[in-house]
Amino acid sequence: MLIRLEGVTKRFGALTVADGLDLHLAEGEAVGVLGPNGAGKSTMFNLITGGLRPDSGRIWFDGRDITRLSPHSRCRMGIGRSYQIPHPFAKMTVFENLLVAAAFGAGEPERAVHGHCAAVLERTGLLAKANVPAGRLTLLERKRLELARALATRPRALLLDEIAGGLTEAECHALVKTITAIRDEGVSIIWIEHVVHALLSVVDRLVVINFGQLLAEGEPRRVMADPKVREVYMGLAAE
Amino acid sequence: MANRFTVVTATRTSRAGGVVLLVLLAGLAAGPWWLGRGDMRLAVEIGSMLALAQMWNLLAGYAGLVSVGQQAFLGLGGYALFVGGIFLGLNPLVCIPLAGLAAALFAIPTAALVFRLRAAYFAIGTWVVAEVYMLSFAQVSALGGGSGMSLPADVVRGIAEDAGGRDALIYWCALALAVGATGLVYGLLRTRHGLALTAIRDSEPAAESVGIDNARTRWLVYIAAAFVTGMVGALVFLSKLRISPDAAFSVVDWTAYVIFIVVIGGVGRIEGPIVGTIVFFVLRAFLADLGAIYLIVLGLLAVAVMLAAPQGLWGLVAERAGVELFPVRRRLIVEKEQQA
Repeated sequence: MLIRLEGVTKRFGALTVADGLDLHLAEGEAVGVLGPNGAGKSTMFNLITGGLRPDSGRIWFDGRDITRLSPHSRCRMGIGRSYQIPHPFAKMTVFENLLVAAAFGAGEPERAVHGHCAAVLERTGLLAKANVPAGRLTLLERKRLELARALATRPRALLLDEIAGGLTEAECHALVKTITAIRDEGVSIIWIEHVVHALLSVVDRLVVINFGQLLAEGEPRRVMADPKVREVYMGLAAE
Repeated sequence: MANRFTVVTATRTSRAGGVVLLVLLAGLAAGPWWLGRGDMRLAVEIGSMLALAQMWNLLAGYAGLVSVGQQAFLGLGGYALFVGGIFLGLNPLVCIPLAGLAAALFAIPTAALVFRLRAAYFAIGTWVVAEVYMLSFAQVSALGGGSGMSLPADVVRGIAEDAGGRDALIYWCALALAVGATGLVYGLLRTRHGLALTAIRDSEPAAESVGIDNARTRWLVYIAAAFVTGMVGALVFLSKLRISPDAAFSVVDWTAYVIFIVVIGGVGRIEGPIVGTIVFFVLRAFLADLGAIYLIVLGLLAVAVMLAAPQGLWGLVAERAGVELFPVRRRLIVEKEQQA
């Protein structure tokens, strides 16, 4: 098991954003995460990557307890993430955004990662923007940069937070192809996404979260057919 | 079709600028043969301020550490010179790097304290700590207490027997510190740690999540800045020959003026402190006789630049003309290879 959450709970005052979450991600697996806004999906990512510490419960990565580890050491172990709201290094160029991620996340000397970063730019369609300051990118380009920067760290587990929103049909198709290719290279993926058809064409397993709890889990079509899920996702499930 | 990638940092202007800088440096290194005594003393002041400004820019402009308490390390370095020269019988020139070391050592517990604070609280915290250092040194009667002490003539003669030789050595030390501080910042920014600093400044959470240890990176920068600032402190009081807590830990002399220099020149650019230092000394040459009006003019000018050109004077030049003397930007050049 690459990632495992055991009874992870996180409260902000009276608000419980993660309520005894149990979750796992196998090596080479792609898991999709659904849930209404405010269900605690991004919170779960912050718990896995270390931006938040759980009040109780344990988090494991590749057999190691990482519950108390800092975000940077988790990244160096192989957890890469994209942010739902892009956090570009605005004054640095797109290429430099990747360079710093590769040099620190993958722990290699800067000179050794030039080729790797250029290749990531190529596959994420950002090569033409390589020398543009990241602050000048459009929102969609910033989302692509989130994916590219996470890939630059050479992750074993890739956590994607709503990177398909706002894309055209063709762009969405290209993104699905890219993510499928990444998975086929052996990278395990957890993908939070509201664009259900994109999600379903990639993932092996689906997890639905509501009020910080696991609502349903399993084979994607069976989960989507689950009455509890249909209730929460009324509009989406009917399409 | 495969693409070939190369990464370059230098630009045409930076190469030309590099040659000009080398010629300029060679001329400055020969200073003792063509500068008068007064000019050399002024050059020592300029070099000291430039080194301080480079360090403050590294802290505030790159690491996001707005310290208002760098005078703590300048004063510590100054007192380290007097302790080393008088009580340990060391050559004053040897005391300069030792003063840097002493300041860096004191920076460790200082950092442990002030790094608990963020942003404005950090700024105030560093100032308070510097005041505590000043009050503490005023209590030590062996160091002259509140009224301070002078460097005895026999210690001064340890540098060189004749005054001309002493002036030349102190001048070269100042030149080395100014060039060294600039080179340190430039060298750092050319490494991956320079990228890390910029990344932290742009987004702290994202920097952590790509594997950067934000706290450690900032800590190292803070200690390095204290080291250089301490050396400058030793040099400043070696040329003044007299130290007192008020002079050594002066927030106006060693932080306010330095902030002025960096803000006027351009925060977050290596050229900024250089331009700012030139402007500062030119203004001083023309306005110093006016007393308080001089300070008012400095303040007004700083406010005007902050409002009209927040990126500083060099920022204006760099954006208009695309000039960069110290290029740190990594540009990816893609060469498409034609298939046969």
